[in-house]
Amino acid sequence: MDFGPYLMLATLEGAVTAAVLALTASGLALVFGVMRVVNVAHGEFFMLGAVLAWWVTHILGGSAAFGFVVALIVVPVLVGLLAAITDMTILKRIDYDPERTIVATIGILYILQQVTLMTYGPDARPVVPPFNTRIALPWFEFVDGKISLYWPWGLSITSYKLAVIGAAVLVLIGLWLLMTRSKLGLLMRATEQDRDMALAFGIPVERVYALVFGLGAGIAALAAVLIVPIQQAHYLMGHDPLLLSFIVVIIGGLGSLPGTVLAALLIGLSDGIISVFFSPTLAKILATLLVALVLVFRPQGLFGARKA
Amino acid sequence: MMGGMQKSLLLHGGVLVVLFALQFVLPAYHHGNLARIMVLASYAMGYNLLFGYTGLLSLGHALFFAAGLYGMGLAMSQFGLSAGIALMVGILLGALVGAVIGALALRTEGVAFMIVTLMFAQAGYLTVLYFGAYTRGDEGFVIAQADRVLLSLDLSDPTVRYFAAFSVFCAVFIMCYLAVQSRFGKVLIAIRENEDRARMLGYDVARYKLAAVVLSASLSALAGASYGLLFGYVGASFASVQYSIFPLLWVLLGGAGTVLGPLIGTLFMFYLIDLSSGITTAYMLIAGVVLVFLTLFAPQGLMGELRRRVWRWLP
Repeated sequence: MDFGPYLMLATLEGAVTAAVLALTASGLALVFGVMRVVNVAHGEFFMLGAVLAWWVTHILGGSAAFGFVVALIVVPVLVGLLAAITDMTILKRIDYDPERTIVATIGILYILQQVTLMTYGPDARPVVPPFNTRIALPWFEFVDGKISLYWPWGLSITSYKLAVIGAAVLVLIGLWLLMTRSKLGLLMRATEQDRDMALAFGIPVERVYALVFGLGAGIAALAAVLIVPIQQAHYLMGHDPLLLSFIVVIIGGLGSLPGTVLAALLIGLSDGIISVFFSPTLAKILATLLVALVLVFRPQGLFGARKA
Repeated sequence: MMGGMQKSLLLHGGVLVVLFALQFVLPAYHHGNLARIMVLASYAMGYNLLFGYTGLLSLGHALFFAAGLYGMGLAMSQFGLSAGIALMVGILLGALVGAVIGALALRTEGVAFMIVTLMFAQAGYLTVLYFGAYTRGDEGFVIAQADRVLLSLDLSDPTVRYFAAFSVFCAVFIMCYLAVQSRFGKVLIAIRENEDRARMLGYDVARYKLAAVVLSASLSALAGASYGLLFGYVGASFASVQYSIFPLLWVLLGGAGTVLGPLIGTLFMFYLIDLSSGITTAYMLIAGVVLVFLTLFAPQGLMGELRRRVWRWLP
């Protein structure tokens, strides 16, 4: 393949990564933004989404599309509920102390991961995508000074991957509308700005926290259900999304939703492109170092506004 | 009645005597385990100096442990240095990495410090994998028995190995015991309790914190290098996140900010995981449950609770 089509293929694959990453990271950013805590178990809620999606489609059997649609609705709710319960039984009791929350969520990380290992086992299992037509993509070339299209061999994407990108965009728009246009979003933003004042105005802050924690985990689970037909469900799959979400949330300016989406695009696309041309390990080393240095020298993130 | 100082000397001296005497009575399996525990407890004590006494929670200490481990291992496998010099190389590399990471990470505080150290350690782990040609990545490499000789003592022999582990433990233990009661240690505790007040009293807080990071990193590297040398294996898993979480877990369980805590925590956790790994492959479940319960019910850890309720003089 020529360089042009090759780059386009890498960009498309990167766009799928970026879409799923934007979803996962916005869940983490939401929790950090409103509650000011870092949820280290976020990747495990993602993993749980993928594993539960396998369970649901496996139990239901029948047509792939039906099982998948059920999973898409049921799984995020289940994971969200589990996260909300975790919040009420553990995080609330340590009063959302930032450092102790990190230690507690590390514990939750191992509990979720290891219970999955005990019940689901160490195998990676696939979920059949509901539809999966291969779409060949054209590329252009100059013949006698005129542009003409042709279909290079290997330059294609599946309809399912395009649907993942579309679904991620829809969910992100929905989340943005929820935060900026709804009563619930108003409560969340009030809690984010001043917890004590919100409490004084009669906002049930504890319930808002449980809701936000559940919503953040639910979004991660949704992202996992979307990716599982491409990536297979495995009990250790939460590690990379967690790390990448951290990177995205930090570069995007902690807690800022538009910044997070922008950073997810940057990281997802560049990860896809760099991984195609260089070693994926090298790409990850550079990304983690970049994040550490951003936190050290520009703690408000690359896109975040400096706070007074 | 004895004063607190004498009681504490007696208790800590007694622990060392018991550890020394145990080698004559323990069966082979537990004999080997205790040697491992003593080296790992040295790692935990290095961690405790920063977390328990200075109040800086690092999530990236595996980087320092691995710096010692690989500094020692690569010096032997790639450059053919002798065990003693390789050990020094490991410790120096750990101190150097500690100085660089400390200078950068200490510009942040609180949660950001935790994330920055986590990210640097992750970059370190990936670097080990990236240079797989030398480090052999996840698979790791073995240090030949013939090379594991220090002062003409064969470190692969169980009795010698126990002695060596005990010596490392003793050195770190006594150093920590003295350090936390010295002027330097008191300043670190002052920084933990109230950084602004310590600064206002005229202490150069930044320099003390950097010194604490470098010292903690050096001790971790000493533990890493000793571990590789005594047990003959160098692998990437020692650089992974798990080995950053372990010292935190050990110290939290035993009691942060106590000299004995790291040993107690390491001992408990080692045997908990050892016993549960006989029953299930999901042995890290225990670590998770213990972490959650500790944060919920006993944030002071075992020795911390003991100090709060009974022995108020515990250093």
